[in-house]
Amino acid sequence: MSEFYTSTDHFVLLPALMLALFGCATLLFDFWVFPHEKQRRWLLLFLVLGEIFAGVAYWRQQAFLNDHGGVLTAFNGTLTVDQFALYFHWIFLITALLVGLISYRYFEAKREHHGEYYALVLLAQAGMYFLASGTDLVTLFVGLETMAVTFYVLVGFLRADPRSNEAALKYLLLGGFSSGFLAYGFSLLYGISASTKLSDIALAVANRDPYDPILYLALVTVTVGVLFKIAAVPFHMWAPDAYEGAPTVVTAFLAVGSKAASFALLLRLFLGPLEAARDAWEPLLIAAAILSMTIGNLAAVTQTNTKRLLAYSSINHAGYMLLGVVAGNATGIQGVLIYMLVYVFMTIGAFLILVALNRDETSGEDVDDLRGLMSKNPAHAIWMLIFLLSLAGIPPTAGFIGKYFIFLSLIESGRYVLAVIATVYVAVAIYYYLRLVKSMFVEDPEREPTPLAVSFGTRVALVVSGIATLLIGVYPEPFIRFAQQSFLR
Amino acid sequence: MSEHLLSIVLFTPLAGLLVLLFIPGTQKNLIRWWANITAAAGFLVSLPLVFGFDKSRDGYQFVEKLDWIPALGVQYIIGIDGISLLLVMLTTIMGFLAIFSSWDAIDHRVKEYYAMFLLQQTGMIGVFISLDFLLFYVFWELVLVPMYFIIGVWGGPRKLYAAIKFFLYTLAGGVLMLLGILTLYFQHAAQTGVYTFEIAALMNTPMQLWVERLVFWSFFAGFAIKVPMFPFHTWLPDAHTEAPTAGSVILAAVLLKMGTYGFIRFSLPLLPQASSDAVIVNVLVALSLIGIIYGALVSLMQRDWKRLVAYSSVSHLGFCTLGIFALNQSGLTGSVIQQVNHGISTGMLFLIVGVIYERRHTREIKDYGGLAHVMPNYAIVFAFAMLSSAGLPLLNGFIGEFTILQGAFQANYLWGAFAVTGIIFGAAYLLWLYQRTMLGEVTNEKNKGLPDLNWREWAVFVPLMIWAVSIGVYPKPYFDILEKPVAQIVERVNSHRTAPVLAEIPRPEIDPR
Repeated sequence: MSEFYTSTDHFVLLPALMLALFGCATLLFDFWVFPHEKQRRWLLLFLVLGEIFAGVAYWRQQAFLNDHGGVLTAFNGTLTVDQFALYFHWIFLITALLVGLISYRYFEAKREHHGEYYALVLLAQAGMYFLASGTDLVTLFVGLETMAVTFYVLVGFLRADPRSNEAALKYLLLGGFSSGFLAYGFSLLYGISASTKLSDIALAVANRDPYDPILYLALVTVTVGVLFKIAAVPFHMWAPDAYEGAPTVVTAFLAVGSKAASFALLLRLFLGPLEAARDAWEPLLIAAAILSMTIGNLAAVTQTNTKRLLAYSSINHAGYMLLGVVAGNATGIQGVLIYMLVYVFMTIGAFLILVALNRDETSGEDVDDLRGLMSKNPAHAIWMLIFLLSLAGIPPTAGFIGKYFIFLSLIESGRYVLAVIATVYVAVAIYYYLRLVKSMFVEDPEREPTPLAVSFGTRVALVVSGIATLLIGVYPEPFIRFAQQSFLR
Repeated sequence: MSEHLLSIVLFTPLAGLLVLLFIPGTQKNLIRWWANITAAAGFLVSLPLVFGFDKSRDGYQFVEKLDWIPALGVQYIIGIDGISLLLVMLTTIMGFLAIFSSWDAIDHRVKEYYAMFLLQQTGMIGVFISLDFLLFYVFWELVLVPMYFIIGVWGGPRKLYAAIKFFLYTLAGGVLMLLGILTLYFQHAAQTGVYTFEIAALMNTPMQLWVERLVFWSFFAGFAIKVPMFPFHTWLPDAHTEAPTAGSVILAAVLLKMGTYGFIRFSLPLLPQASSDAVIVNVLVALSLIGIIYGALVSLMQRDWKRLVAYSSVSHLGFCTLGIFALNQSGLTGSVIQQVNHGISTGMLFLIVGVIYERRHTREIKDYGGLAHVMPNYAIVFAFAMLSSAGLPLLNGFIGEFTILQGAFQANYLWGAFAVTGIIFGAAYLLWLYQRTMLGEVTNEKNKGLPDLNWREWAVFVPLMIWAVSIGVYPKPYFDILEKPVAQIVERVNSHRTAPVLAEIPRPEIDPR
């Protein structure tokens, strides 16, 4: 191998290569081998194989890091694999697998089952790879755009559905706008440090006064861009529309995958090079967190569309995770990591039930569609109850562990007022989750009970996310250890 | 076996629940049988606790200790002292009776109903035996979910409103309490470097007074809402009134005691400075006294039989908190005994409302009258429960209230004087209720020919009546069991009492003129 592409470079890049290759292969095979719609289910196999290959590559990276410690850097320091990046890579992998498993039946029912879907999921994940591993502004930006562009397509995947198209257009416009902000911020950071590497930027930022106007402008624009991506208030406008219009499976992927990747970027930037300017950005994030919890919770109360409701709930969750970043101590960052993991399982779980409810055009999207689920299908109702309680943060479910860490970090760092605000919103949030619970358990079904469309893949995904949600709640020890070792510094 | 006795008591209902899930929902009788057997088993396995309990010993007994989440310093530590012993027994007995009393009353979604009750049993027992603060918190929150469903699915006309109000209130209190717990945890870690939630360790955390006060108020949010103390009581009338009979029984008999237990187990020993702080004591006592009198006055005004009983709980629980914050041996002992008594008496009163509600499907007091002619046995049982609740000597209620008043007078004459009026009002609303429903002529045609108590209803009432008399006639075992643990708490609080409080407390009744 040449000095442009060393064996370390290869070792680091391999997972992303695998994902991209399998993504492209899916596109080819879609035309070539599986022309009929019914056969396209087999394309899921490509996704799974791609994940397996990527997983093996992660495994080897993980083993290397565990043995040798330190970090792996490649391409002149533009890509870094450390425990932190790997933690997120595993999250992306789980997300993509779970989303893939619940997708095929959904798109078959919608008569929009195309091979491109699996390709796009894999390519989006490749983009996420660079977001979690990138340590260079250009790499990060390219990764972000790769992910974002695939998501624009995915959101509009139901071509015949005007809502899906509308959602895609909104998401595209606002997403493009936010990317512009981010690019502007990045260019300013480049301007003050004459380098795109995060390590150089860290030095330049540390040498400046946090309120230095140029630096402050860079901070504000970067913050705006990132807050857009994680859907935090006041840059959340796109989320409810995009979540509602997108195919439900894509909503799940968007809510979890995109948010996790954007948080990886946020942590990488704010706890890395921008840490030195904490005084300047902390108030911004505090404001965003409080606003997210407030708007997220209050707006969710009145929603009658389940997907919109969960969109606002995810805005609320972003607020909690931001608080962990604000606390900034070891507990807080661990908290964000744990919260993210928990969030993956409970959110996908909740969306999965909506996918299973999906019968015709809009079914499963109205709160009333959950009515009488307990008498229709008790197992699904109970799983949904567990996911909702977890989203609300009631022990002994996983969601409690996530919130617990956030509270812990706030108390530890002496931010009592924030802690009180955060806890009070737990009580507000339970109100709208209980509305769904009430629909499922208290009310009787409107129509004749129809069996749910539950495919084998949905069942597997349901059991995995359900058990994980309970297990992290009841026995969180191994997960906490995992998050602790992935701690970024 | 015997070293895991407490765990067995804790998990018996849960194990029964797991089996219950596999019984098909259409086999209603099988489900009923199984739930009753499990509940009875839950009671039977808790009996050895009474016989094996050594009341001459200090500290906790039947202790079990396991690491649960070492990364956070959370352990699975359970154990009981005299206070928790009484409350655990109250839980297992009332739990069984509540489940037993539901046999005829519940006919739809039977399986879920019993599943919720069994889950709740485990949660409640867990609250009373946890010696690790986070474990306690987990059980504390666990109890909310089944009760939400019990009220929300099987409750009365305004069940959904009541259920969500119950959940929101108690959850809000619970999370605020969690902040206090975490503060305490960090205070301890800052001083010793050890991260732990173990109560015994947290006790040795001297803190500055303002921190203790802060933590106290955060605990207060959790416990006072649960008790409930005035002015946080507004969820109670709704929840108690709308819940199905067995749900009201459990709510009144056991769930409310989680709050008072919290004060005794956590607030007092963990925060001795704050709990004996003059301001805090005065505020809490004032709230208790308001609760006692206000609860009684509102009870007088009620037209709904069940709501009346619900408001009487506010009044009775006021006595419990008054006893706690008298901060002396009599007050605390009386408070714990009163908690058990309230469980028995109010449990019976709710069961009595349930009996008539099943027959007539109305709770309006004015729909009744002269029931004693139609249902003489029922009238006798009601008279018994009423007198026990009103605190007639030789019945259980008297013992608790008398001891609390003794403690209150010791601490401050004025407190005692106000509290006594609560007893008078209490007798008034209960006797008036009895008069309006039982005595006189049968005014409503529909009430003629109502069947008297059947054997199953007798079977629920008789053990409670025997228990009530036994406490009333021979309360010594209860005082013996409580002596050591209460003395420990009182001593701990008083040794931290700041000087001015001691001087201030006995004073107010002296008129300066």
